[in-house]
Amino acid sequence: MLQINNVNTHYGPIQALHDVSINIEEGEIVTLIGANGAGKTTLMMTICGDPQASSGTVTFCGEEINKLNTPDIMRKGLAIVPEGRRVFSGMTVEENLFMGSYFRSKEEAQKTAAHVLELFPRLEERYKQRAGTMSGGEQQMLAIGRALMSKPRLLLLDEPSLGLAPIIIQQIFDIIQKLRDEGVTIFLVEQNANQALRIADRGYVLENGRVIKTDSGANLLTDEAVQQAYLGG
Amino acid sequence: MSEFSLYLLQQLINGLTIGSTYALIAIGYTMVYGIIGMINFAHGEIYMIGSYVTFIVIAGLVSMGMVSLPIILIIALVIAMFIASTYGWAVERVAYRPLRGSNRLIPLISAIGMSIFLQNSVGISQGFRDVALPPMISGGWAFGNPADFEVTVSYMQVVIFAVTFVTMTALTLFISKSRMGRACRACAEDLGMTNLLGINTNKVIALTFIIGAALAAIAGLLLGLYYGVVNPFVGFIAGLKAFTAAVLGGIGSIPGAVLGGLVLGVTEAMTAAFFPSEYKDVVAFGLLITILLFRPSGLLGKPEIEKV
Repeated sequence: MLQINNVNTHYGPIQALHDVSINIEEGEIVTLIGANGAGKTTLMMTICGDPQASSGTVTFCGEEINKLNTPDIMRKGLAIVPEGRRVFSGMTVEENLFMGSYFRSKEEAQKTAAHVLELFPRLEERYKQRAGTMSGGEQQMLAIGRALMSKPRLLLLDEPSLGLAPIIIQQIFDIIQKLRDEGVTIFLVEQNANQALRIADRGYVLENGRVIKTDSGANLLTDEAVQQAYLGG
Repeated sequence: MSEFSLYLLQQLINGLTIGSTYALIAIGYTMVYGIIGMINFAHGEIYMIGSYVTFIVIAGLVSMGMVSLPIILIIALVIAMFIASTYGWAVERVAYRPLRGSNRLIPLISAIGMSIFLQNSVGISQGFRDVALPPMISGGWAFGNPADFEVTVSYMQVVIFAVTFVTMTALTLFISKSRMGRACRACAEDLGMTNLLGINTNKVIALTFIIGAALAAIAGLLLGLYYGVVNPFVGFIAGLKAFTAAVLGGIGSIPGAVLGGLVLGVTEAMTAAFFPSEYKDVVAFGLLITILLFRPSGLLGKPEIEKV
């Protein structure tokens, strides 16, 4: 579904990604783990075309997307829940959700919204409330809901558990699995490697902008080097 | 009422009249700043172009023998808004969009260059001297005792209030309720995230320039008729005043721009009531500095506290 081939990404003179290749098949949960500054978010954003890869290709559903600009890429059927959630804090939950379906018809969007509110009953309670006044967990649910409003085939999640209470993290991970069961392919970037690898079909380990290891989630979970580096021994 | 309080009331009315046109222009500054964080210094020139187009269209229609004043004014308004919007859009497309993402100073210099370019190109084509128009809307209501002091509200002032009020209401509805308006607010909050939702933010940015220019053209028509005279440099001082109004109210905030415009207009009029009128700019800008010292984000520009 998504093929990243030998992608290099630069911020000015600094190279953040080195020949990264990642392959995501339809219906999978694939996770990318790595330390702070390894380039996880850069990789996510490179898929979205912001920044654009300086070389290499990103192919989504057979179409090369790495030369497109960001809004065009995001209309192809992928959506992102960015690092730090980035909900529109001055807008209501309702308005935030419908920003996610901006380019879809109103009827389709209404249908998707009903489904999103079913997944996150909490958002229905807060429907007319401004997003900036909600808790971090609720904002994360909103960010995921907003991404789902475009009915993506591939959902990119950048550190959805960051800064949340353990019980909320569990809920978020449950939702991610539920989404996969509904047919959404998931690409999950996490520092919380333990939990991410448990639900992932496959995982990649990123270090200093390079993919240093890839295997099934279960194998990475028991891999000694991975355990030492990312799972606290 | 005493003579003195009637005099103050008169100054208040005059101040609110001017202030509401400052507010119309200030919205253009504040919307653009709210989204891309730049000061569009060529905005005053768009207002000036709106005034010129109004004068040309009115002169043209009158010389063609049209007599109905409302129709003349509506045609002039529509054409002025259209041409000014085209300028606003073109300025963004030519002078700012190619520079997006570069150092913040560079678009600022480009804006100043654009301002000088527009001033002089209008000057070359229309002449650098004042162009005058006989009063189109004369007369008004008078209150109070003619023996000591009469408060007059001219029909022109009523038109300015009415048009400003309708425009502001329409803009508020557009921003809060319409799809494009929501996209404007989303861009103002987080331009990058709006892009990530598949929304073409370049179009939204172009739209804010168009809206700002259309409002400036409305102000151009109103103030052009109010003063009855225009020259290629009226945009500079009006732009500066409107920019001050936007900063005073809290730049980036639309209600702030309206409040800032009204406060500035009333302050000027009240100063002119007690001191030689040359002092009105001194007091107006003194007020700006004072408010910014105590409220650096302006009157309504308080940053919302976000939970993390």
